[in-house]
Amino acid sequence: MKTCLVVDDSSIVRKIARRILEEMSFQVVEAEDGVDALVVCKRAMPEAILLDWNMPVIDGYQFLGHLRRMPGGDTPKVVFCTTETSIDHISRAIDGGANEYIMKPFDKGIVAAKFAEVGLIELMEPTA
Amino acid sequence: MTPPDYEYLRKLLKDHSGLDLSADKQYLIESRLLPLSRKCGLPGISELVQKMKGGSSPLIAQVVEAMTTNETFFFRDKVPFDHFRDSIMPEMMKARANRKSVRIWCAAGSTGQEPYSLAMSLKEMSAQLAGWRVEIIATDLSQEVLEKSKAGIYSQFEVQRGLPIQLLVKYFKQNGELWQIGADIRAMVQHRQLNLLHDFSQLGAFDIIFCRNVLIYFDQDTKINIFGRLAKTMEQDGFLVLGAAETVVGLTDVFKPLPDKRGLYRPTGARATIAPAASAAPKVAAMAGR
Repeated sequence: MKTCLVVDDSSIVRKIARRILEEMSFQVVEAEDGVDALVVCKRAMPEAILLDWNMPVIDGYQFLGHLRRMPGGDTPKVVFCTTETSIDHISRAIDGGANEYIMKPFDKGIVAAKFAEVGLIELMEPTA
Repeated sequence: MTPPDYEYLRKLLKDHSGLDLSADKQYLIESRLLPLSRKCGLPGISELVQKMKGGSSPLIAQVVEAMTTNETFFFRDKVPFDHFRDSIMPEMMKARANRKSVRIWCAAGSTGQEPYSLAMSLKEMSAQLAGWRVEIIATDLSQEVLEKSKAGIYSQFEVQRGLPIQLLVKYFKQNGELWQIGADIRAMVQHRQLNLLHDFSQLGAFDIIFCRNVLIYFDQDTKINIFGRLAKTMEQDGFLVLGAAETVVGLTDVFKPLPDKRGLYRPTGARATIAPAASAAPKVAAMAGR
C-alpha cells in the first residue's frame, strides 16, 4: 500500500483528503505544518505528498525546498493543494520541484486525475 | 441565458441535487448544459428550460446529472491522445513527408477541449513539425457550443481534470477564476457549424478524424450511414478515432479496428453502399423528440 502524507493546517481539509485518499487505497499520514511534515519524511519517505501552501512555521513552498534537498527527498510525488491559484504561485511550485498542482476547492475527481497524471494511480477505464 | 431561466435552474438543482449555485455561476451552467441541449437537438438553454417546464422528468434527470458530473475534459480518456502522439502523428509524418500537411477533423468538437488538446499536443511536437501545415477543423451542431469553444474560456474546475499543470501554465492565461487558452493555440483550430446527419463532403478530405462520444446518440442505421460517409471523406491511410464505448464492429466493414490500439480504426477500402445524407434527415426529428 502506498503512503500519502497530507500536510494542511486545517483539520477539516485533512479529514476530507484522508477520506478521498483512503478510498483510493492510500495509507494516510497527517502533518499540520511544514516542520511536522519534515519530521514525518525523515522517519519514512512517503510515496506521495498532498501539500498546502499557507501554513504556520514553515509553509508548503519552504517545506518543498527542504524536502528536495533531503536524502531520498527527490522520490515523493508532491501535489500542491492550495487556495493560491495565481499562475505565479503555480510556476514557482513547479520550478521548486512540485509534480502537480490542485487549486482548491477540490474533489475526489480532481485528486484522482492529478494523482493519475503523476503516475501514482491508474485511472479507471472510461465508461459509456 | 435570461435571469428567470437562471433562477429556475438554480432552484431546480438545489431541490434535486443539493447543488447550491451562487448568483454568478451562469458560466458553469452554460458550460454543462449547452452540450446537453445540443444532444437533445435543442438550440440553447432557453429551449431546454422550456422543455423542462413542460414536465420532462427524464430531461430534468439529465440536467441534474450534467450539472453534477463533468464530462468534457481536456485529454479525455488520455489513451486516444497518447495514440495521437505516439502512433498516429509519427505514422502521418512518414506518410506525408512530401506533402508536409495533415488535416484533422474533430467531428464532435463540443466546447473545445478535444480540438485544443490536439492543438497543444501538436505544439509540444513543434520541433518535429517545423515546416508542416496541420489543420484542425472542429465542428459541432450547436452554434452556442462553438462560440464557447472559440472563446476558449474554462472554469478552474474544467482545467483541473485531465490537463497536466505544466500545460495549463504554458498555454493558458488566467483571468480571475477563469482560464483562457492562448491565442496561438486558438488560432490552430477552425470552427464550423455542422450536423453530422447532413452532407459534410464540402469539408474536404481528412487524414485523421476524431469522432468520439457522439455516435452513441444515433440509431444503428444512422451510425452505418455516417461511417460510410466518414470513410469517403478520409484518406485511404487515415485514422478514425472513436470513443471508448463505441465501435464499428458489427456495423460496417468500411473501417477496421487496429489491434492493440483501443479506439483506433483505419479505412479498409471497402465501398460502402450508403443512401445519400439527406435521407437521414427524419432522424433529426426523432432525436429532437428524445
